Amino acid sequence: MKKAVVLRFPGTNCEFDTEYALKKLGLNVEIVWHKEETLPECDLVVVPGGFSYGDYLRAGSIARFAPIMKAVESYANEGGYVLGICNGFQILTEAGLLPGALKRNNNLHFISKMQHIKVINNDNRFLNKCEVGEVLKIPVAHADGNYYIDDEGLEELKKNNQILVRYCDEDGNPMVLNGSVEQIAGVCNKTKNVFGLMPHPERAIELILGSEDGVKMLEGFAS
Amino acid sequence: MKAVVNVFLKEGVLDPQGKAAHHALESLGFKGVNDVRIGKQIVIDLDATNKEEALKEVEKMSETLLANTVIEDYNIEIVE
Repeated sequence: MKKAVVLRFPGTNCEFDTEYALKKLGLNVEIVWHKEETLPECDLVVVPGGFSYGDYLRAGSIARFAPIMKAVESYANEGGYVLGICNGFQILTEAGLLPGALKRNNNLHFISKMQHIKVINNDNRFLNKCEVGEVLKIPVAHADGNYYIDDEGLEELKKNNQILVRYCDEDGNPMVLNGSVEQIAGVCNKTKNVFGLMPHPERAIELILGSEDGVKMLEGFAS
Repeated sequence: MKAVVNVFLKEGVLDPQGKAAHHALESLGFKGVNDVRIGKQIVIDLDATNKEEALKEVEKMSETLLANTVIEDYNIEIVE
């Protein structure tokens, strides 16, 4: 059975949802406290959503120096799979494991709603169960989800198929949600083993929650 | 010795908070406001007695933690 580690910082609040979703997909899950200095043997590390360290200074900026993050950095540098969701995405960009940065939403609102996103690239372990161009319904809940990268970085992302998902309307047309550069909702690193996105696939795994499209997004890690 | 670090979004990176404050100033009737940028100020109390060393140290702090240089610029003032 594959094993996933879900990190927990002070202020993390999505670790149990993430655990529930991954267990449902057949993974063995262990929640690991940020003060640990080593990671247990595992096939995936998830940095879940929440408000680590109260988002003080900048979202993710303090969590990125937590003791466990050194272990996560070496795990990622050795090719291990790491997925950051929402605050996890912010932490991974702050850590330099993913390109770009996340800033305050252009309308300054905390945006919490069901959102459509479009799959841009699926030649990676994360989205290989999804089709390119497929529209998924996944909730978002963030104040700092406005993805920024400079023009040069954006070109790199495109060249290497690193853009994972973009915000769109239900028909797949581009939609401005928070001011993200080219509506980017998620990216991966160049070697395609570190993934980050603002939407919450772990909150969309049962129809009673309004969508089960999150299953498709996470099951790539289960097989 | 005290160091004051001012952190701002880089030129060319949209500052939505500054924009909101700018609109608010205009609707309050303040004229001639060209631009508003909102940043943060971090005041650090240091042991250091040498100004140059303090500056070097605070520069390192800024690069490591206080600013995210992907989107932010910073400047440092050493106050005695």
